[in-house]
Amino acid sequence: MSWMFLRDLLTGVNKYSTGIGRIWLAVVFVFRLLVYMVAAEHVWKDEQKEFECNVKQPGCENVCFDHFFPISQVRLWALQLIMVSMPSLLVVLHVAYHEGREKRHRKSQYVSPGMMDGDLWYTYLISLIVKTGFEIGFLVLFYKLYDGFGVPYLMKCDLKPCPNTVDCFISKPTEKTIFILFLVIISCLCIVLNFIELSFLNTICNPVW
Amino acid sequence: MDWGTLHTFIGGVNKHSTSIGKVWITVIFIFRVMILVVAAQEVWGDEQEDFVCNTLQPGCKNVCYDHFFPVSHIRLWALQLIFVSTPALLVAMHVAYYRHETARKFRRGEKRNEFKDLEDIKKQKVRIEGSLWWTYTSSIFFRIIFEASFMYVFYFLYNGYHLPWVLKCGIDPCPNLVDCFISRPTEKTVFTIFMISASVICMLLNVAELCYLLLKVCFRRSKRTQTQRNHPNHTLKESKQNEMNELISDSGQNAITGFPS
Repeated sequence: MSWMFLRDLLTGVNKYSTGIGRIWLAVVFVFRLLVYMVAAEHVWKDEQKEFECNVKQPGCENVCFDHFFPISQVRLWALQLIMVSMPSLLVVLHVAYHEGREKRHRKSQYVSPGMMDGDLWYTYLISLIVKTGFEIGFLVLFYKLYDGFGVPYLMKCDLKPCPNTVDCFISKPTEKTIFILFLVIISCLCIVLNFIELSFLNTICNPVW
Repeated sequence: MDWGTLHTFIGGVNKHSTSIGKVWITVIFIFRVMILVVAAQEVWGDEQEDFVCNTLQPGCKNVCYDHFFPVSHIRLWALQLIFVSTPALLVAMHVAYYRHETARKFRRGEKRNEFKDLEDIKKQKVRIEGSLWWTYTSSIFFRIIFEASFMYVFYFLYNGYHLPWVLKCGIDPCPNLVDCFISRPTEKTVFTIFMISASVICMLLNVAELCYLLLKVCFRRSKRTQTQRNHPNHTLKESKQNEMNELISDSGQNAITGFPS
């Protein structure tokens, strides 16, 4: 089980997406998944080993690192990718369920794979709303957890067992800030794409109405 | 998702590229992506661990490393390769959209004489004409812009393409001006120059492809204007002949009606 599994799952969604949905998928694959795997993961690889506090007291570094990074930014990025991709699976499951029913009743429900009729329209709409919710939710969580989207080079820590207020130095703060800003910009782009798709979906006629 | 998947995406565009485009894709994947993955990543693997400063002051090494390497070479190359490959996806999307529209018309019964079935539409090689020419040309233009921008950013960030073996650092909390030593500077310089040369070659290929596409269009336009120049003389002759025929038939009729009944 690895990122390839997610990629294979999402490739199946491509058939039942609108044009903007396909652009969203391309952006997620190329600018989020690929960048995460080939670049971002390596930047955070040695984050705890290279986290250094100006003190010899054992345990102080551990406690300070845990306080400043309750969950690593790169892990939050991975979680965001997974949660944001999941609603698209609703569409795949819906189509698979209908195809199962078609086989049993031996008649075709959908005119063609690209058509958005009846309840598939509702499933797609719900998946879009949930996706957008997750994107905005994770961005807010990022902002609240790390007091903004920047990574400082120095943090002051006075938790027990540190004897006084010690200076703690983070490794590669500039590179980490650049990648976090990149992540935020691409997330915002994905949110904009989702809103455009939502307004586009309203123009596709819904037979039930 | 890894470089292999990007290769599959971009490889699909290969069918609809010019010959120079095909050479460009080969250079990108063999001389840049492969070198990055099998060699360069090993060289830069231990870059922070083996970055050593001549001081015991905790935090000095971290701060100096961050100051001299705001973004690692490897990450910058990976981002450059991703951005440079992305415009090709525009072409892939355009071709997919064109095929989708053709398939829709086929289902409505419009293009039955051109294609046998839907599989035929998928296998057809789309020519670089019309709106696809504009998409393809803009993708090459963006590629050139991205390559040049990344090369400039590289030059600006690292003051050239050469890595020194020692750097002087006096940033807080370093107590004074300390010597900091980079791991494997010569090997890194060799790879940097290799990757920059490959970038330059790719840029030249893109410029050549752009010129080729522009020349092709100019040549096609001049051929069209030449045939148009021959065609109007022919129609002028025809219309003059028609006028004369009308005059003859009119005078003939008058001659007939003019006979005394």
